[in-house]
Amino acid sequence: MPDENPKRDKFLTFISLSFLLCFLWYADNHFSNYTLRILNNIAIFIILAVSYNLINGITGQFSLEPNAFLAVGAYTSAIFTLSPEEKLRSFIIEPMAWPLSEISLSFPASLVVAGVVTAFMALLMAIPVFRVRGDYLAIVTLGFGEVIQVVANNIVSVTNGPLGIKGLAPHTNIWWSWGICIFTVLCVVRLVNSSYGRAMKAVREDETAAMAMGINAFRIKTLAFTFSAFFEGVAGGLLAHLITTISPSLFTFLLTFNLLIIIVVGGLGSTTGAIISAVLITWGGEALRLVEEPISVLGFEYEGIPGMRMVLFSLILIFVMLFARSGLMGRNEFRWAILINWLKRRKTSEAKNQ
Amino acid sequence: MINLLNIQELAVHFGGLCAVNSLNLRINSSEIVGLIGPNGAGKTTAFNVITGIIRPTKGKITFLGREITGKPAPVIARSGIARTFQNIRLYDDLSVIENVMVAAHSSVSYSFAEAILGFGRFTRDEARIRKRSQELLDLMGLGHLTREKANSLPYGSQRKLEIARALALEPKLVLLDEPVAGMNPTETSDFAKFIIKLRQDTSIGIGLIDHDMSFVMNVCDKIKVIDHGIEIAWGVPHEIRNNKKVIKAYLGEN
Amino acid sequence: MDLSFATQQVIYGLTLGCLYGLLAIGYTMVYGVLRLINFAHGDLLMVSAYVAFFGIIIFSLPWPVAFLGAAIFTAVIGILIDRGAYKPIRKSPRISALITAIGVSFLLENLALVLIGGRPKSFPIPTLFNGSLSIGELKVPVLSLWILSLTLVLLVIVIGIVHKTRIGMAMRALSRDIETVSLMGIDENRVISFTFALGSILAAFGGVMWCMRYPAVEPFMGVIPGLKAFVAAVLGGIGNVTGAAIGGLILGLAEVLIVAIQPDWSGYRDAIAFCIMIVILLTRPRGIMGENLPD
Repeated sequence: MPDENPKRDKFLTFISLSFLLCFLWYADNHFSNYTLRILNNIAIFIILAVSYNLINGITGQFSLEPNAFLAVGAYTSAIFTLSPEEKLRSFIIEPMAWPLSEISLSFPASLVVAGVVTAFMALLMAIPVFRVRGDYLAIVTLGFGEVIQVVANNIVSVTNGPLGIKGLAPHTNIWWSWGICIFTVLCVVRLVNSSYGRAMKAVREDETAAMAMGINAFRIKTLAFTFSAFFEGVAGGLLAHLITTISPSLFTFLLTFNLLIIIVVGGLGSTTGAIISAVLITWGGEALRLVEEPISVLGFEYEGIPGMRMVLFSLILIFVMLFARSGLMGRNEFRWAILINWLKRRKTSEAKNQ
Repeated sequence: MINLLNIQELAVHFGGLCAVNSLNLRINSSEIVGLIGPNGAGKTTAFNVITGIIRPTKGKITFLGREITGKPAPVIARSGIARTFQNIRLYDDLSVIENVMVAAHSSVSYSFAEAILGFGRFTRDEARIRKRSQELLDLMGLGHLTREKANSLPYGSQRKLEIARALALEPKLVLLDEPVAGMNPTETSDFAKFIIKLRQDTSIGIGLIDHDMSFVMNVCDKIKVIDHGIEIAWGVPHEIRNNKKVIKAYLGEN
Repeated sequence: MDLSFATQQVIYGLTLGCLYGLLAIGYTMVYGVLRLINFAHGDLLMVSAYVAFFGIIIFSLPWPVAFLGAAIFTAVIGILIDRGAYKPIRKSPRISALITAIGVSFLLENLALVLIGGRPKSFPIPTLFNGSLSIGELKVPVLSLWILSLTLVLLVIVIGIVHKTRIGMAMRALSRDIETVSLMGIDENRVISFTFALGSILAAFGGVMWCMRYPAVEPFMGVIPGLKAFVAAVLGGIGNVTGAAIGGLILGLAEVLIVAIQPDWSGYRDAIAFCIMIVILLTRPRGIMGENLPD
């Protein structure tokens, strides 16, 4: 049995976070813009995967909302960071509705507002859905994703319609994205390790038995869903100010599908798995882009095939579900004690071999 | 002795089928009451109705003088009724101690915000819950298995874990659905001693369903017999043992 | 609004409603027997549309042959989806099946995108289905009459199968309790395959009719109709075949009439189903025809 040692673990976590920060500092100063953009993407996808895993993996309620909540978060924070003059200039079809046209917030404040608005949306959805049965959550959240696009296209005086919002200040940098990423992971890990987290897992494992032990399943599911929505909304704000242009067509179901792959490959229910897999798949997905672009190898011209990446991804998803359902991590989490024990064992076996 | 549970004229219908028909039952504190009857007699259904998993068609259930008929399961559980399940329903993928700690959730005083920030009541409550859960596991003889996964335990230990979990709710009444099913005679007699001691130490009321007649006769103060949802006898063990209707219900097919 | 305009809109609404209904029946039957939201069901609409399209254009088949071929091909795909993707995880937690269903849906869409390409193809409408009848000021498209009558015939057949045949009885039994059915000596996998085949055939006819009404065939054409058909199934009471058809009609009428009365709202057309869904969940979660099933 690995030994738990809270003080040592805290110290080790602190040290590794410092290393991560040093790496980010180095990256910020030396890496190309393209690489930095991927790093930012990875941070945003970790935020999304970890919070999406909270409702799907930890609480066991299958939902398909991230694209919708990203959209809500992205639009909310974008609307609040634009200055009144910029709003006047870019809303050409219809001027922006008052009082939104006059309000302007700082970037961090807009992120908080984005999170709160998104969490509120989630709360409104949770009430009809979790009162009945969980499996309608999937279809309601999927439907919400479609509706959000319809609404974003139609309420021109808030969203600028199909034109979208352009020219956002590129506030999102390595420090914001990774700072919020670390904050999110810490929050989720703490929540999961509290009594609320245990209640969420109990609801996943056996809802009836959880209720018979005094757990209000409706409230626990709503908490998990609202909590993950908050961070998905914040991630939306980060994304908007990373790519600086948002439009309704950006937030299709494809985004949700990518996240679903991430949490399934990482191991549904494992926060560690969600993080590892978010890194791997965001990186890998970037590499796989080549499949869809025309390339020439040794003089042969290959035409890119649109959709090929998604065919591969859906095959991976089905394959993992059918043959390797526990994914990379199962439901296990990283613990320092496990790493240390593993290192010790390796040392002793090496000593034996010599 | 205080009256805990009082069931009056309880009836449950599924479509056309009548699972329970005008059941009356009282359980007092420090009392062990058995609910027995042939398969399909409606015993588990009665437990499910008491704990709010199924809504009754008719009848009234009060607990400590307050009506709980048709209330949601978590509300009933928090008011002090804990249970185990006939087909063992543990949280399989959670560790043994986590299973017990889940049931203490209703006693947690910290909010989820405090859980995230990790100060104030969080540390104190977590320590209290963990200590209490460990005590209950020790009591059930599972203290050394704290970190195992619940579904890796052998059958008998899983039954004990369910009881530890039920007790973590700090209930006034515990309903045990076939607690000794699958246990060998030694385990069964140990378990009988355990619940008699539990009743003495804590004055909680216990309702139990089981098919092991010698166990039921041995531990119960009073026994209710039902058959096809209808109540056929009520009394102390030796009255039940000699009741003609009961013998007929059990052996009638021959 | 004058009477002929209103009647006209009602006919359009019923036509759309029938198409939703045909899809909804498949959802409701599969949900009934497996408790699974078969996300890939809407994509069968697209599969059937492409098969019929290629049958007519490439192989120059006469349209009845192409349509029938589309139905058979789609039924086979339906069965294969179940056997390949859902059957291996029948005993696993429901969330696994739902995720697999999403995977299958995405696979079908993107496979179509890779193999055929994303450019919408215009569907060749056989002359029999073209034109419209004029009754006074009223113009009734011939296609609407076809869709209405075909839906009615298919609905009668399906209800007949579900209530009168042995396999239909097994389907209904399965929707109550899987274990009892195996005890009764019925091969549950055959019943499930049959359910998928039946649902797929209805989706196939729905698909062919759909692209004669809205003649653009493309890989993602099944997504929105599929979503709405599921709402129709929930509206009618999930698990109930007649309910699904009625739910489809209500949804179709609602979409057409709301936009006819309030043209400003036409942009929000696709949001109507979602709002209906939320209202049902809040007020009558078992749907209008839903029965009380023990959970």
